[in-house]
Parts: sequence; C-alpha cells; structure tokens
Amino acid sequence: MTNFAAKFGLTILTALFLLVTGITGLAQSANPPAEGAPPLPAGMTGADANDPRAKLKPGLYDAGEVAKGLRHLLLLKKPEAFQLDASDVESAKVTTTLGSIGIANAAKMPASARMVMAQLAFANSDIAFQGKYLFQGNFYGVNIYDISTPARAKLVTSMVCPGGQGDVSVHKNLMFMSVEMPNGRLDCGIQGFPPPPAGVATDGRPLLPAPSKERFRGVRIFDISDIRRPRQVAAVQTCRGSHTHTLVVDPKDKQNVYIYVSGTSFVRQSEELTGCSGETPEKDPNTSLFRIEVIKVPLAAPATAKVVSSPRVFMDPRTGVINALNNGGSHDSDRQGATDQCHDITVYSEIGLAAGACSGNGLLLDISEPANPKRVDAVNDPNYSYWHSASFSNDGTRVVFTDEWGGGTGARCRLTDPNVWGANAIFNLRDKKLNFASYYKMPAAQTSTENCVAHNGSLIPVPGRDIKVQAWYQGGISIMDFTDPGRPIEIAYFDRGPIDAQSLVLGGAWSTYWYNGHIYSSEIARGLDVLELQPSEFLTQNEIDAARTVQVGEFNVQNQQRIVWPARLVVAKAYLDQLERSKALAASELADLRGAIGVAESSRLTKGMARLRRLGQTLRERAPQAASPLEGKRMVAIADILQRPVR
Amino acid sequence: MTWMVFGRSGSGSIWLMALILLMIFSSQSSERVLGQQPTIVQPGAPGKSTRVLPRTTRAKLAPLTPADINFMQGMIVHHQQAVEMTALIEKRTTNSEVRTLGARISHSQADEIAQMKRWLISRGQPVADKHAHHHHGMDHSGAALMPGMLTPQQMDELAKSSGSEFDRLFLSGMIQHHRGALDMVRDLFAAAGAGQDAELFTFATDVDSSQRAEIRIMQTMLDKITSGGK
Repeated sequence: MTNFAAKFGLTILTALFLLVTGITGLAQSANPPAEGAPPLPAGMTGADANDPRAKLKPGLYDAGEVAKGLRHLLLLKKPEAFQLDASDVESAKVTTTLGSIGIANAAKMPASARMVMAQLAFANSDIAFQGKYLFQGNFYGVNIYDISTPARAKLVTSMVCPGGQGDVSVHKNLMFMSVEMPNGRLDCGIQGFPPPPAGVATDGRPLLPAPSKERFRGVRIFDISDIRRPRQVAAVQTCRGSHTHTLVVDPKDKQNVYIYVSGTSFVRQSEELTGCSGETPEKDPNTSLFRIEVIKVPLAAPATAKVVSSPRVFMDPRTGVINALNNGGSHDSDRQGATDQCHDITVYSEIGLAAGACSGNGLLLDISEPANPKRVDAVNDPNYSYWHSASFSNDGTRVVFTDEWGGGTGARCRLTDPNVWGANAIFNLRDKKLNFASYYKMPAAQTSTENCVAHNGSLIPVPGRDIKVQAWYQGGISIMDFTDPGRPIEIAYFDRGPIDAQSLVLGGAWSTYWYNGHIYSSEIARGLDVLELQPSEFLTQNEIDAARTVQVGEFNVQNQQRIVWPARLVVAKAYLDQLERSKALAASELADLRGAIGVAESSRLTKGMARLRRLGQTLRERAPQAASPLEGKRMVAIADILQRPVR
Repeated sequence: MTWMVFGRSGSGSIWLMALILLMIFSSQSSERVLGQQPTIVQPGAPGKSTRVLPRTTRAKLAPLTPADINFMQGMIVHHQQAVEMTALIEKRTTNSEVRTLGARISHSQADEIAQMKRWLISRGQPVADKHAHHHHGMDHSGAALMPGMLTPQQMDELAKSSGSEFDRLFLSGMIQHHRGALDMVRDLFAAAGAGQDAELFTFATDVDSSQRAEIRIMQTMLDKITSGGK
C-alpha cells in the first residue's frame, strides 16, 4: 500500500463524509453550525502555537515527528489480527456506498480509511510488564511482546478476546483484564450477541435483551504460565463491568491478591446478574452505583476469585448518605454532580494509601485493610472536569492527578484551550491531607483533529528528582519534572502530527511508561512505540544511567512500588550533577569528588576507598547547612553510597 | 596414495559432516524462524482450553442492530433541537450563566452531531431515518419527535419569550430535553443486541454521564431563578 493510496482513500472517505453531511444538512431543518474552537476564556492562557509540535505533517505511518530529550527507537504496527477485515459485513455496506458514488475498488480500502470506521473497537489501551514481556491491552484482546532487546521488540502472542477497554495487569502466573462492553463473552468469542431476527413481533414494545449467562462484564483472570497460550481460569462478573482495575498486593498477605474494580458504564439487569440495580440511593440503598468492587484472588486457586466487598467510598460516615461527594468544577458542566464512580485507582501499599481518581473528585483512601478501603480525604478543583488517574511521588509526599476533560476523544490542546483545563494537578500530601500545589499541561498547541488531554504515565526513577513520563493522546509524550511541586517543568517530549488533517481519527499515546531503562508507549491506532532518554540541559547521562540501575521483575503502574536505588557510584554521580546544577557545591569540591569516584570506578572499587569515605563524611557533615533540604538530602545520599559502594 | 585415499575419504567425510551440519543448522534456523512467528490464540470460557487461530485471522466488528442505528439517527434530531434552542439565547436573554451554559451545550452537541454522522456514514447507514415511525409526535418539518423534545407549541413559546421568562422556559425545556436523552440511552442499553459497537457504547455512556450532570446544574439555576422571581 503506497502512502498515496492511503491518503487517497482517506480523502475519499472525508469527501464522502462532507458530501453526505452537506446533502443531509440541506435536507434537514437544523444545519449544525460550523465546528470551531471556542474562544479562550478571559484571564486564561492557552497553548503555545510556536512550539515545534504545533505544526507537524499529518499521516498514519508517515506523520511528521519531533523529539526533545528523547530518541524514538521503534514503532511496531498493530498486529493484523487486530486490524479490521476489509471483507467484513459492515464494511461491505461501505463498499456499496462508495460504489454508488463511483469508487469501484473500495474492498481494498487502505488501513487508514478503515480506521475511520472503527477507531475504537480495536484500540490499544493500557500496558503492563513482567520480566522480558510487555502486555498491551486492546479493546479486542491483548498482545504480548518480547522486549528483551527493546529496539527489536517482537510480537509473541495475539490473544483475541473482545470486550473493551482491555486494561491489563500481571502478577506471577496471572494476567487480569478489564471488560465493560455488552459484546463481552465468557468464551472470548468475537461474535458478541446476535441481534434479534428481523420481523419478531413485539406488539410495539421494545425487545429486551435476553439476560445471558454467556455475557461477560467484569475482570477476566488468565493463567500465563504458557506465554503463547494464555488460559482463562476465572471471569468475575460485576454490575457495571470493569472500565479499569487495580492490582493490590497486601504486604502482609502472601496467599491472596486483590483487584479494585472501577466501573463507569450502565448497570445491567438484575435478571442477568443477581443484585444489580441502577436505581438512585433514595430508591434503592443497595444500588450498584456509588461504589467500587473488591475482588479477592487466592493465588493457589485463582478460579475461586470472587467479589468480597463493594466499598461505599463516597459515603458520608456521619450521616450514612452514600452519595455524599460532589465536584466543584467550573468549566465543563458535563461532569458535575454527585460522584457515583471511580475511574482509576492507584495503590501505594507500602504507605498504606490509595489515590482514587473518581470522576468528580480526587480521593485518598486508607488501604491498610485491602478489602475495606476507607476514605480519609477528598478534594475537588474548580478547573477540573473529570478526575481520571493518579500517581504518587516515590516518597509519598505528593499526588499527581489527571483531568480527562472531554473524555479523551476530544481535541482539548488547541490554541484556545486553557492550560489549566485537561491538565495534571499536583497535590502535596501530608498527614493524609491533600493540598493543591499547581497544574501542568503539555504546552504545545495541537490541531482540532488531534484528540489530546492528560492521560496515563509513570515515574522515571531518576534519584533525587520527581519525574513523570506521560501520554497525552495525539498530543504525544511529555516528561514533567515536579521536584518543585509548585513549579513543574517539561524536560523532554516526543510528538507526531495528526493521523488525518481533515477528520479527527482517534489515536495517540494511551499509556506511556518507563520500564527497566526504556520508555514504552501504547499508541491507540498505530501500535507500540519504544523510546529512550537522551541527555539534555535538563538531564545528564549520569542521571539517565542512575535511572537504569533500577530493575524490577514486574510492573503494573496502578500498583505503585517504592523505587530503591542500589549504592552504585553512578547514582552518586547523578546526585553530584544535581548539586552542580543547583550550584550547591564549589567547582573544586565537585572536582575532588568526581576525581575520587573516577579512581574507585576504574579500579573496580579496589583503590581510593578510604578517600571516598572521607569525602562522603565531609559532605554528610555539611548537609545540614545546605541551602535547601533537598540539597541536604542529596548530600546525605551521596555520603551513604560513598560509605559502602557496590558494583 | 594412502595419504591421498585418507585425504579423499577425509575430505569426503568433511563434506558429509558439513552437509549434516548445514541440515541441522537450517532445521534449527527454520525452527527458530517458526518460533519467532507470533501465535494468535483465543481463550475459551473459564476452565476451557485455548484455541490457536490461523495466521490469516483478521478482526471483525461486533454486530449492529436496528436499535443502534435508530439511536444515532434519533439522537442527531434530538441534538439538533438543542442547538436550535441555544441559538435563541443570543437575542433573548442577558443572563450570563444561561448564556455560558448555552454556548457550552451548543458546542458539545454540534460536535457530537458531527461524530454521530461520521459513525453512521462509515457504517453505510443513512444519516436520517427515512422510515421514522416513532410515536412521540412531529415537529415543524414533519420529522418525528424523539423523547423529551419540545413540541412545536413549546418551541414557539420559547421563541416568543425574553428575559427571565425565556431563562425559565429555556432551562425547564432543556431539562425536559436532556431527560429524554437519558431515556434514549436507557432504552438503547435495554434493547436486545444493542450497544456492542465500541464507539456507540462509549458515546452513549458519555451522553448519559454528561447530560445527567447538566440536568443537575440547570436544576440549580432554575431553582435560583424561580426563587428570585417570587
């Protein structure tokens, strides 16, 4: 397929769209006004039109790219088993339509044009990691990649099992997957549920869906002992299905893991799943709204996993009212009102807390009893529309929330979209209380055909700093340094042009995470991106190398683990670079320390160790006099390493 | 001679060994190549075995039902009336809250109309339901009225009002209108086989949560206007 053909096909479809829209527009009484970005509200700042990311060439696989502080290594296209078959029944109808305006060969419709038809049904979603494997969720199943050589990552397994969104987690020999849509089937069938036969007499009444024991909405559990052949061992049904889920590993419990289920869609009939109720709390105190679900998974017998509690995390503990939380957002009336759902929860079991991004509110939960999370704080924010996800800083003193204004399908990074809407909000966390510090939004203006808003990210383990890499859909990847929570800055980015110049084709980075030295990004439409950090004015090679010393065996971003750095000299060198950057040490002190570290390194820790310890001790003694507590901490951290370095 | 024979037989066995090695190597490498081929699998129900699918497997869309198509076609008509209603605001009221709310509704619903049309066209479906047989009444143009839509009388009344009377009629009318949208979403998910298309599912879920929230805001504004008017 040539690029020309791809473009040509898309142009045809766009033309067809305009043609038909135009015709129907004439035929109907109300012609919708031409689409245009609303003006920037008074007193607000919009996006930066002069940024190199603002005007990139459009294209599916040949879009313009620009990067700063990042190097793009690989784009693996979405596997063909997850691409729409052009001979599909539904596309046959399109073929007929195209044929009627004289386009004969529509059966060979290019991939880009097919995507306009079905952007979401085969969309890539969240990712998880274990050992040398990357698990990429998709609305249609899961793809598993071997990333032993990140720049030459390879597809190992395509697992077909539709139901959306397909968010994944992995733990030991188990893989967990979220399912929320009504086409989800217990048997992973792609056929969904057949529509009722035509001509069924209903006496004017709607034909109700037959409650089906074959339907599945909830969390699937697979045994992945054979990575090429995952086996479904359990499927735990819930009333609203699972939009996202969170793996919770209780440090005190080695026998079980827990799954927090966040459901955001409609409540199904009680005929299909006993006990489900979509009523208001006033009408039914046992409503399936206004709660999360907790699944307990016995590791020795995952097939017996079941829902063990449905915590009422929005309840007012004094009055017992279960719908007690409201947001206070001003800019998007769309999402205001009583908060009845969580969208995503991040647990940090080591500090016994979870941060819940729960549509109208940000929640702080005490999870010391994992099956019984208790709300300890709740915040709202006048600039927030939809509380979407959360992550803690490594020391647990800050929480970064994201606002998915427009739901992720809208263009919300245009010139006139305020830089505090659809942004990150950084909160200080102290004594189990959240206090707002600042906003951060990817600063570059994007076009109106690029869906763009804050989305999923992870910490990058640079010692001594708080750094987060994050997906912004078609706004690309942005790396934020929030070491100073009141003044976050962007230190690196990667971006592509829109998939299409005329029409908003859903795409872009869904989740972008750091894992054992590289950055992996789940691209909704295009596939899987692999990137690496490059040194820059904001980040030294030593800081990158120090981040690479952190190796984990398993990584599920919503189950946050404390990052611990080995006492290697490169970590000390990273701290030294930071002290140099903030001018905390004189040039002669830096030279002495670097010289001593150099001697120790080149002799493989056999020479100059006493001098190293001495210099470390000097640094430790002057740490209390450092200009800032942060610099003092960095000095102590260096002294600790120099005391007892490891190779 | 002996040396030659030895040499010849030796070179012969070298060739033989080379051939064997080549065979082993090529079989290994073909095995390795085969080993690199990704497997395409489809798990069974819990406890059941996993099937291997052919390499030619391609993705299929979930089934569409008449209820899905009617929902999108009907919601376009429904949204268009909201846009018509908000278009009246400019000349009818100076209430800044109503004006801001109206602008937001107008923007989001116009955006969504484009999205719904794209959805229908790309599935080879007409944008308007030619065989409308709904029983909710008709509007000016004779098109069917979807649940919650204002009757021609209500629209006339709204268009003739101004000031706080317009605000009151607009808010109560839009609440009625939005409640109709919630009914449409409820009916969609309660219809056999409907809601299995990913975009439709996401869109309808979003209409529900966003319009539900807008109703609460409009109710608060309406309460303020009616209590202020007393």
